[in-house]
Amino acid sequence: METIKSNAAFLCNYEVMQILQQLKDNTQKKHKREASLATVTYETIHYLQDTECKIQSAQAIQKFLEAMKKYKLTKTEKLMMVNTPPRTELEIQLIVQESEERLSESDVKDIISLVNEVLPPTECS
Amino acid sequence: MFVLTEMKDVIRVTPEHFHLSLTESITTLLNRKLANKVVLNIGLCIALFDITDIGHSYILPGDGSSHTEVKFRYIVFRPVIEEILIGKIRSCSREGVHVTLGFFDDILIPVNALQHPSRFDETDQAWVWEYPKEDGDKHDLFMDSGESIRFRITSEAFEESLPAGPPGTECTGQTVAPYKLVGGINEPGLGLLSWWEAPEQDDGDDNDVDDNDE
Repeated sequence: METIKSNAAFLCNYEVMQILQQLKDNTQKKHKREASLATVTYETIHYLQDTECKIQSAQAIQKFLEAMKKYKLTKTEKLMMVNTPPRTELEIQLIVQESEERLSESDVKDIISLVNEVLPPTECS
Repeated sequence: MFVLTEMKDVIRVTPEHFHLSLTESITTLLNRKLANKVVLNIGLCIALFDITDIGHSYILPGDGSSHTEVKFRYIVFRPVIEEILIGKIRSCSREGVHVTLGFFDDILIPVNALQHPSRFDETDQAWVWEYPKEDGDKHDLFMDSGESIRFRITSEAFEESLPAGPPGTECTGQTVAPYKLVGGINEPGLGLLSWWEAPEQDDGDDNDVDDNDE
């Protein structure tokens, strides 16, 4: 076995959740079970269900990323924001390296309100 | 935390699976081979994403199976260094705090990457962050197992696992975790989610926090 490209693309939690959910439904229909695949899909879905991607939607993520374009953040930083949407300034500081220099205070406030608008928090978080 | 990895492999389909479509057997075989396994320097494989290319199938002398070269993309768990993840505390030990994500367990937050100052509570078998209060007193914040914790990935390590001995014998080498992550919570905002939920109320509402700890 050979690896052609170890990092062909990033997937956000929402995408992984969708794929695994589909996979789980398909295998259940066919009554064909692969032990290790079943285990890892079950456990991963179990983990992802506790994260915010459960209530996200493809449109919301797209809209969010579109709106984030103007802040010049890196791909991984935006990915983290989708996976764990920041609700406080502290969380933005954690996700964005040297956030004080790269983002102004109003930028940070805008991002938080954008997050709350496009990716609303779960009630039972 | 999840990435797609492009890989290439030759898949051997045995004759009893010839009645299935080639794509179907390849999907099954790739998932059987890789799902829930760690590939060296790649990460923990989760599930097949898609097959990008199926080459010609060959039959080799002396083997009735068909051998097909396929290119495919696999969903792999490989967090980026510096990424922030949320997991659950599995256990605490003298070495530090062990964190699990459910599907991946080998995450350690070593002692030097805990919030400072922290101490290990022997009776509760838990790490405690001695949060200094304004009046010079300290406030104990316990890290109990099962709690959600936010941490930063600081490094990763792959370990080549040795083949196990023949079944039935006891001479298996000690099992080492093939893929280990090291995390850190020594920054403001990291640690148990409950520590940072209501920062303004923290000073006045100490009793609330205490109740949870006991």
